[in-house]
Amino acid sequence: MSTTQSWRTWLLTEEPASRRQARLAAWYKGWLSLRANTLAMLGLAVLALLILAAIFAPVLATHDPFAQDLGARLLAPGEGGHILGTDSLGRDIYSRLLYGARISLYIVGLVVMVAPVVGLIMGTVAGYAGGVLDVILMRITDIFLAFPRLILALAFVAALGAGIENAVLAIALTAWPPYARIARAETLTIRNSDYIHAIKLQGAGPLRIVTRHIWPMCISSLMIRVTLDMAGIILTAAGLGFLGLGAQPPSPEWGAMISEGRQYILDSWWVATIPGLAIFAISLAFNLLGDGLRDILDPKEDNQ
Amino acid sequence: MSALSIEHLNVWFGTGAERTDAVRDVSLDVGLGESFGLVGESGSGKSTILRAIAGLVPTWSGRMTVAGETLGKKRSKAFYRKVQMVFQDPYGSLHPRQTVDRVLSEAMQLHGVRDIDARMGRLLDDVGLGAGFRFRFPHQLSGGQRQRVAIARALASEPQVLLLDEPTSALDVSVQAEILNLLADLRRDHGLTYVMVSHDLGIVGHLCDRIAVMQDGQLVEVLGVEAMRRLEAQSPYTQHLLESSIHAIR
Amino acid sequence: MTDAPLLDVENLWVRFRTRTGVFDAVRGLSFTLGRERLGIVGESGSGKSMTGRAVLRLIRPPGMIEADRLDMHGEDILGLPEKRMRKLRGGRISMIMQDPKFSLNPVMTVGQQLIEALRAHEPVSRREARARALATLDEVAIRDPERVLGLYPHEVSGGMGQRIMIAMMLLPDPEILVADEPTSALDVSVQLQVLDIIDKLVRDRGMGLMFISHDLNLVAKFCDRIMIMYAGRIVETCKASELARAQHPYTLGLLNSVPDLEHPRDRLEVLQRDPAWRDAPSVSARA
Repeated sequence: MSTTQSWRTWLLTEEPASRRQARLAAWYKGWLSLRANTLAMLGLAVLALLILAAIFAPVLATHDPFAQDLGARLLAPGEGGHILGTDSLGRDIYSRLLYGARISLYIVGLVVMVAPVVGLIMGTVAGYAGGVLDVILMRITDIFLAFPRLILALAFVAALGAGIENAVLAIALTAWPPYARIARAETLTIRNSDYIHAIKLQGAGPLRIVTRHIWPMCISSLMIRVTLDMAGIILTAAGLGFLGLGAQPPSPEWGAMISEGRQYILDSWWVATIPGLAIFAISLAFNLLGDGLRDILDPKEDNQ
Repeated sequence: MSALSIEHLNVWFGTGAERTDAVRDVSLDVGLGESFGLVGESGSGKSTILRAIAGLVPTWSGRMTVAGETLGKKRSKAFYRKVQMVFQDPYGSLHPRQTVDRVLSEAMQLHGVRDIDARMGRLLDDVGLGAGFRFRFPHQLSGGQRQRVAIARALASEPQVLLLDEPTSALDVSVQAEILNLLADLRRDHGLTYVMVSHDLGIVGHLCDRIAVMQDGQLVEVLGVEAMRRLEAQSPYTQHLLESSIHAIR
Repeated sequence: MTDAPLLDVENLWVRFRTRTGVFDAVRGLSFTLGRERLGIVGESGSGKSMTGRAVLRLIRPPGMIEADRLDMHGEDILGLPEKRMRKLRGGRISMIMQDPKFSLNPVMTVGQQLIEALRAHEPVSRREARARALATLDEVAIRDPERVLGLYPHEVSGGMGQRIMIAMMLLPDPEILVADEPTSALDVSVQLQVLDIIDKLVRDRGMGLMFISHDLNLVAKFCDRIMIMYAGRIVETCKASELARAQHPYTLGLLNSVPDLEHPRDRLEVLQRDPAWRDAPSVSARA
């Protein structure tokens, strides 16, 4: 108990003695604030469960997600050793759910690595440079913003063939404009702050100012927006899967599972509903976490 | 040799019908080692002059010479080594996500200072902050402490001229006294030249040798601090300012 | 003062419950206000603004107001239901704040705000409200009141905005005025003008004035009595005319730390804060 106490005092000290301590202390205080928000912690717990399910899917699954058993079609949850029942081809829904978590995370991960990063760069450069560069970059952003996501996905499928990578590409290409706008709006405000004037007066060039002074300020609003968008991205991927544009059978992607279970919904409701509930739970978890992050990231540091 | 020389400075914002002239045909000279005050009411253009010198204003005309270097559209690295600025709002002049250490070491790095760690200790000492403040974030500092950090940042390059934009107007009276004492000490110890903007004649009378009075973008008069203390001004506007400040006694 | 004081405050506490504990902004303040000018002086964090807001019960949760007594004209206002407090606020006791940029509604014209302020408290017709608004604008030395009624707050200067704010707050004819740093955002020459107006109105209407400021010298010139606050407590109270004979080291420190144009000093005195000041009990400022 005493070592945890001393860690706490070290992290909560008023006078940090090193860069590392100062940074860890800031993270710790943020964590304490987040922990106080029950709903956000609930969201975080659900997401942690998702990640664990995805990582340990081979261990946690009871059956092979691709193994068909036509003699055991459409079993209700609990019957015949299938925790959540079976689908129209006798595949275990629970196991497919677990492996499907991997696909959902894959989609989310890819989009998060691309969209906010591209948006951040476009937005901050446009906002800081101003003038013609701002106009050009923002018009490009508008063009991408105007693309209807599903049509773009259809176009990719028509051109490149169906598959989950193409779905992700379609989503990522249409997801970055809002981030660019947020980043640009933040940059326009930050650009006039005295601390930016001050670092200019030290002789800092635009690259240093944008990457080391403006990006850290934009990151928190982008992070909040990303978590809130996660829900939408998963739903979009599910929608594309539902339309057959994303993951292809026999892949256990949740949207595709809902699509396959659609025709049985009146008699065997669990085939479509259970993946739907999973999507709902993950979306809700991201929303709650995003709200919690917004509470700790926005008011405290910027409204001193 | 003058530290700063301004001739026929005009600063404007906007173009055509929407143009506002913030500074109109201002000329003044600041001697080396002098403490020069710029006073006026809000909208008089005093802060704008400072920003024009610092290169933070894009549209200006006239001629400005600082420490022998004539200023053009952009400022050179050599300029930034010689001239630094302290801003008005202590709550806006430090990056919220950077520690004091980061702020000061980046400033020193940009100026090519070699022994950053050793200089850091001396800088913090010079502004009256102990080593315990080195790794704090701005939200862990009081207004007066933040302003000290801002002053330390300005001193990082060992400048000759310090531009001070109402450095104490956002601070409590007792903290203001500390900072004013600090500024007086620093000027004496480092042989600095000050150009200080303030709306408060008491502060300017305390720290400055000569004062320029601005009204509506124009220079009304330049007078010495002794004349100011005797309430002897040439122009009626200056007289009016002096009398108002005596009545309010700040 | 033979009748009950306008305001009678005994042992006022204002507390904020935060995640890291309870923060006491005002700690056990006691004072009375008659038909006089009471100056409340302190630096930031002294609790002076909170005191003004507490008297108007403008403090929202997580802030809490506690007092042994918070009476206006002998009538308890601490326990009043919000509906009745709303009638008092603006009607009997009013507040002017520091910056008209932030305290006037930017999307309503001056006229609309003035008329609304009056009609919220008295059942008058629009025409009569407009006439009274014009009369009050005249009282605050606004030269073209008809034109000003149609302006938006961003179209008027700082000094004029503050005078409009005063007009708005004095229209319903309150008895007590709480002025929270009314001139701090204004230029020096405009400050004197606004102070003159406040002075005249308060005197003519026989109101009680609580003048909150960080500027000790200004308050000494303007008010009858002064109470000096530090860390939520009153450390000293005296008559304005006797300020030079102040005894508490904090008061003396405040007086001496301001640079005086006519009496130059090499170094300004730096206030040494004694932790004992924070713990000493609050001095009572009951008249």
